[in-house]
Amino acid sequence: MSELFLARFQFGSTTIFHFLFVPMSIGLVFLVAIMETLYVVKKQEIYLKMAKFWGHLFLINFAVGVVTGIIQEFQFGMNWSEYSRFVGDVFGAPLAIEALLAFFMESTFIGLWIFGWGRLPEKIHLLCIWLVSFGTILSALWILAANSFMQEPVGFVMNNGRAEMNDFFAILQNPQLKVEFPHVVFGALATGAFFIAGVSAYKMLKKQELNIFRKSFNIAMIVGLLSGLGVAFSGHWQAQHLMESQPMKMAASEGLWEDSADPAPWTLFSILDVENQESRFNIEIPYALSYLTYEELEGSVPGMNTLQAEYEEKYGEGNYIPPVNATFWSFRIMVFSGMLMIGFSALGLWFSFRKTLVERRWFLRSMVALIAFPFIANTAGWIMTEIGRQPWTVFGLMTTSASVSPNVSVGSLLFSIITFTTIYAILAIVLVYLFVKEIKKGADYDAPQEVNVHVDPFDKEAYQ
Amino acid sequence: MALSELWFLLVAVLFIGFFFLEGFDFGVGMSTRLVARSDLERRMMINTIGPFWDANEVWLLTGGGAIFAAFPHWYATMFSGYYIPFVFVLLALIGRGVAFEFRGKVDHKNWTKVWDWVVFFGSVLPPFLFGVLFSSLLRGMPIDENMNLQAGFYDYVNLYTVVGGITVTLICYLHGLLFLTLKTLGDLQERARLMAQKVILATIASLVVFVGLSIVETDLFQFNSMATIPMVIGVVVAYALAILFIAKKRDGFAFTMSGLGILLTVGSIFAGLFPRVMVSSISETYNLTVYNAASGAYSLKVMTIVALTLLPFVLGYQIWSYYVFRKRVDAKDLIY
Repeated sequence: MSELFLARFQFGSTTIFHFLFVPMSIGLVFLVAIMETLYVVKKQEIYLKMAKFWGHLFLINFAVGVVTGIIQEFQFGMNWSEYSRFVGDVFGAPLAIEALLAFFMESTFIGLWIFGWGRLPEKIHLLCIWLVSFGTILSALWILAANSFMQEPVGFVMNNGRAEMNDFFAILQNPQLKVEFPHVVFGALATGAFFIAGVSAYKMLKKQELNIFRKSFNIAMIVGLLSGLGVAFSGHWQAQHLMESQPMKMAASEGLWEDSADPAPWTLFSILDVENQESRFNIEIPYALSYLTYEELEGSVPGMNTLQAEYEEKYGEGNYIPPVNATFWSFRIMVFSGMLMIGFSALGLWFSFRKTLVERRWFLRSMVALIAFPFIANTAGWIMTEIGRQPWTVFGLMTTSASVSPNVSVGSLLFSIITFTTIYAILAIVLVYLFVKEIKKGADYDAPQEVNVHVDPFDKEAYQ
Repeated sequence: MALSELWFLLVAVLFIGFFFLEGFDFGVGMSTRLVARSDLERRMMINTIGPFWDANEVWLLTGGGAIFAAFPHWYATMFSGYYIPFVFVLLALIGRGVAFEFRGKVDHKNWTKVWDWVVFFGSVLPPFLFGVLFSSLLRGMPIDENMNLQAGFYDYVNLYTVVGGITVTLICYLHGLLFLTLKTLGDLQERARLMAQKVILATIASLVVFVGLSIVETDLFQFNSMATIPMVIGVVVAYALAILFIAKKRDGFAFTMSGLGILLTVGSIFAGLFPRVMVSSISETYNLTVYNAASGAYSLKVMTIVALTLLPFVLGYQIWSYYVFRKRVDAKDLIY
C-alpha cells in the first residue's frame, strides 16, 4: 500500500463520515429554529416541546459533526503538506475565515441556546438558534468556496511555483460556487427534513404523541419538498456548468467514451467495461442528456477519448480519465434518491392535506426507510464530485499524487487510519443508540433542566 | 511592521486566547477526577464550563486556520512533521467533545464512568502534547532543505519536551482550579482552592526546571532576550502574586494572575521564536521564518482586513456569553 493510496483512503473515509453529520446538523437546526419561531409567535406549548425534542437530537448530531470536523481542518497539513504549500495562500483563507466567522458564531450561540432556556428573554433565545443556523450555512459557504477553488481555480496567479491569491472577490464569485453552494445547502435542508419526517412517521406508526409528530411531519415535509426542488434545479445548473468547467467529469458520469449522438440520450443503466472502453446494455432516455447539459433538445456531449486527447495536448502525457464506474454510478444513485425524495414529500403533503396520513401505514413505513436516502444522495454527490475530478487535486494545476506529504510514513498513516476508523465506528454506534433512546423517550419527556444559581463571581466578593 | 509580522502576532494572540480560555476548561476537566468526589460534583464542574468549552476550542481551530492562511509552509511542515502527536491530540479532542454531550444521556453508572474518563484524558492529553510540541519547536527539529521535518522518536520525546509538557499541563490544571473557585460554592470551592495552593507550587517548580533547561537546550534567552527575559520575570511575579491571592481567598485576582501567567508564558515562547516560526536543528538556513513561510502580500492584506473587521464582533459576543452565564453553578444545575 502506498502513502498516496492511504492518504486518499483516509481523506475519503473521514470526509464521508464527517459529511453524514454536517448536512443533518444544517437541516435540523434550521427546522428547530422554525419550530421555536412558531412557539414564540403562536405561544403554543406544543411548538416548544417540538423545538426541545428535535433540539436534543440535533445536539447529539452536532457534537459528532463538530469533533469529526476538527480532523478535517488539520489533515490538509498532516497528509497533504505539498498541497497545503502549493495553495495555502488561496485555500487557507476561506478556511480561516470559516473559523473566524462561522465556528465562533455557532459554538458561542449554541452554548447560549443550550444553557439559556429560562435565563435569556424568549426572543433573544430564539435569535441564538437562528444565529447557529446562520452560522452553519455560512460555514458551508466558506468550505464550498475552498472546494470550488479545487474544482475551478480562480482568483490566483502562479508565483514561485505556488498559487497565490490575487483576487479575493473572484474566489467568492467563483461560478462553481454559485451552483455548488445552493445545491449542497438545499441537500442539507432536505436531509434534516427527511430525518424529522421519518422519525415522525415512526412515531405515528406507533400512535404515540400524534399531535406533536403530525405537526413535525408537516413542517418537515414543506421544507423537504421546497428544498428537494431546490436540489433538483441547482443540480441541473451544476450539470450545465460542468460542461464548461470539467467536461471530463461529465463524460465519465455518463460513461461516454466517444462523443455522444446529437441529440444526446441520457443513460439510465449501463454495464461499463473500462478495460475495453465500452458501455454495454445501455438503457437510455432520448434527448435527456442534451437537455440536461444545454437546456435544448439537441447538442452532442464530448466523450472521454476526445477529452483525453485534448488534455494530453494541454497538460502533457498522462491519464486524465477518472474512475468511470464510481463517477457513473454515484451520479445515478444521487439523482434517483433525489427524485424519490421529491415524490415522497409531495405525496406526504397531499396525504396530510387529505388528513389520511396516519392510516396510510405503507407510506409511513416508506418514510422511515427514506431517512437513509438523503445520506446516500449526499455521499454519492461528493463521490461523484471528488472522484470525478481525479487525477487532479486542483483542477488543471496540481495532481493528487503530487499533493501528498512526502515525510509521512505508511506506518503513521496506517496508525491514524486504524485509530480514526475505530473511534468513528464507536461514535456511529453510540450515536445511533442515543438517537433510538431519545426517540423512544418521546417529546413529552422533559429532562430536569432546573437552573438555580445565586452568587455572581464577578461581583465585589471575588475581588474583595 | 510587515503584514507577515502582524500575522505572527495574531497567531500568538489566538494561541494565548486558546490557552487562557481552553486552559481553564482543560483544568476543570482534570479536576473532575482529581478534585471531584461524586457524580454530582463532576456534573457541577462540567456545567461550569458547559456554555463555553466549545467556543474556547474554536480559538485553536482559528489558530490552525490562521497558520494555514498566513503561513502555509509553517502549517504544512508542522502538521505533517508532528503527525503522530497530532493524531493523539485529535483523538483526545474528539473524545472530549462528545463525552460532554454523551455522559448524561444514559442513566447508568458505567456509561457515565466511561465518558468521565474520556473527559479526564481528553483534558490532560492536549495540554501535555501542546507543551511537548512547543518546547520541541523551541529546541529545534530536523527540518531539511525542502522544509520537510523528518524526526525520530527522541526528537519529539526528550527531557526538555517532557518537562515542557508537564509544565503546560500544570499551568492549565491550576487555571482550571482557580476558575472553579470562581464558579462554585461551599465545600467544592474550598477544596478547589486548597488544591490550587498545592498545584501552584508544583507549577512554579516545573516552570523553574523548564526555564533552566531552556537556557541549556534553546536559544530562547539569547535570541530575543530583550523581550523574553522581562516576560519570564513577569511570569514569576504573576505566580508569586497568585500564591498570595489564593491564600487570601481573593479568587478573582488569583484567576487573573494565573491568566497573566499563561499570557506571558505563551507570549515568551512566541517572542523567543520570532522571527522564526520553526527552528531547524540541521542548519540555520533551513529555519522557517515569518518571511519565507508566509503567504503572498495580497492574501495577507485580505486576511488582515477580514480579521480586523470580524474580531471585535467575535470578542463582543463571547464576552457577552460569559456575562450571561456569570453566576455560580449550583447542585440544582443538572444540564450535563
